Amino acid sequence: MISRRALVGMGATAGGLLLSGCDKLTASPTFREALRGGEALTMRAQRLLTDRGALAPEFDPAQRSPVFRANGTRRPASPEYAAHAASNFADGRLKVDGLVARPLSLSRAQIGTMPARTQPTRHDCVEGWSAIGQWTGVPLKLLLDQAGLRRDARYIVFHCADNYGPGRYYESIDLIDAFHPQTIVAWGLNGRLLPVENGAPLRLRVERMLGYKHAKYVERIEAVASLATIGGGRGGYWEDSSDYEWYAGI
Amino acid sequence: MASISVENGTAVGEPRTVFRHRLSTRLWHWFNAVVVFVMLMSGLMIFNAHPRLYWGRYGANLDYAWLEIGATPTQGVLRVGAVTIPTTGVLGRWTDHNGNISTRAFPGWATIPTDYSLSAARRWHLAFAWLLVVPGLLYWLWSFANRHVQRDLAPTRDELKPRHVWHDIKDHARLRFPTGEAATRYNVLQKLAYVGVLFGLLPLLVLTGLAMSPGFNATWPWLLEVFGGRQSARSIHFLAMAGMAGFIVVHLLMVVLAGPINEVRSMITGRYRLPRPRGNTAAGDGA
Repeated sequence: MISRRALVGMGATAGGLLLSGCDKLTASPTFREALRGGEALTMRAQRLLTDRGALAPEFDPAQRSPVFRANGTRRPASPEYAAHAASNFADGRLKVDGLVARPLSLSRAQIGTMPARTQPTRHDCVEGWSAIGQWTGVPLKLLLDQAGLRRDARYIVFHCADNYGPGRYYESIDLIDAFHPQTIVAWGLNGRLLPVENGAPLRLRVERMLGYKHAKYVERIEAVASLATIGGGRGGYWEDSSDYEWYAGI
Repeated sequence: MASISVENGTAVGEPRTVFRHRLSTRLWHWFNAVVVFVMLMSGLMIFNAHPRLYWGRYGANLDYAWLEIGATPTQGVLRVGAVTIPTTGVLGRWTDHNGNISTRAFPGWATIPTDYSLSAARRWHLAFAWLLVVPGLLYWLWSFANRHVQRDLAPTRDELKPRHVWHDIKDHARLRFPTGEAATRYNVLQKLAYVGVLFGLLPLLVLTGLAMSPGFNATWPWLLEVFGGRQSARSIHFLAMAGMAGFIVVHLLMVVLAGPINEVRSMITGRYRLPRPRGNTAAGDGA
């Protein structure tokens, strides 16, 4: 008969095997691909259950975080960015190009005269923390409509001024999120112009997504048919470098 | 293994074997045993990315955390409210499998993967969440349909009387487990534990998990309000996880104390050998 002690010992050994087994599985490309199936399933389920225009919760001004935590790049290191910051971003231009009929090049002043949306929303970092701030900016839809999106455009890519790791930070979203009413190119936070540490002069807000999708220091918005040829091909800096999910709705 | 029927409660000679666990229960049990461990351990790794918990709608490093696992230059500490507990070696400061000191919250032996990776832990957690939810829902429905819940799990009014519950608690504390006919049914503490997990902790874990999803917040904004905001949902998710871990510890302890071979076998084959009534075990059957 097997003794209780032996059984507990067997349990512990099995636990140990399970653990090292999990690490082996994590390293296996086939298994990682299978786990990615979860991401596809989650995206499909959320898209199925959620109205395209369903809004992320908006909050009262009194519910804002006392201090909105800045994360990632706090100040892009390039001399060009420093020069722009020194002139209060007066000379900077936001380019909207790629698969569009009329490429745009807009100054912050021009963007400031466009219709704006103000939204007190919650920012959720993939790490687990949240901060509530009130963002003001031009709906991305207005920019894309002005540029005239071509029919073959499938994704919108945001190219940023900050270096992160080997290359520039970038992110991408699909057209459902690009045309969502709360998706804005923000120039204001909590009633003031966007501070440098939060992405001045312009950052993306895509409110139904985790923080890393909200590209800061955006200088170029590109409409593309496929993400395969951009960066590492996975649609964003963190997706390329650390295998974070492209669909960051959960 | 011959199952010999004897008159109820008067087991003499051969122990009586009864059919105890349906196939649906056995399948779900073992499937879930794996899934729950993956969820627990990958969840601890996700927690390691930001080892602080808050109440309310927001919460980041500059806000007050009611629970925090951290490290001083010399030791690991768990802080709950105003109470700080040194946890060096286990939480906040521990030695990894390479012999290096790590100041992550939960140690490598408790997390999936072993070494820090938030993205890999999320891949595991959010894929296995489907394996928790879909079979869990099927088991739920099936267990109502085959009356497992109503017949075996729901405590009767008599069992819920404080005297009965207190009697069971005393018996458990003395490790006097039911024998004979009484062992064919779950006792009230078992019923409360299983019902609590099945209809309390597991749904709470799933719903608080969903409430942390910014995408799902647009789907069901009211869910966020039920829990009092995303950071509260995250705290409740963590506490429910702790409850689940506590259940597993007690569950395994009870299996070992009640006779692990018989218990584990019954969850594999469905057949359970009834313990002989006390006083009749002079011969001793050494489980």
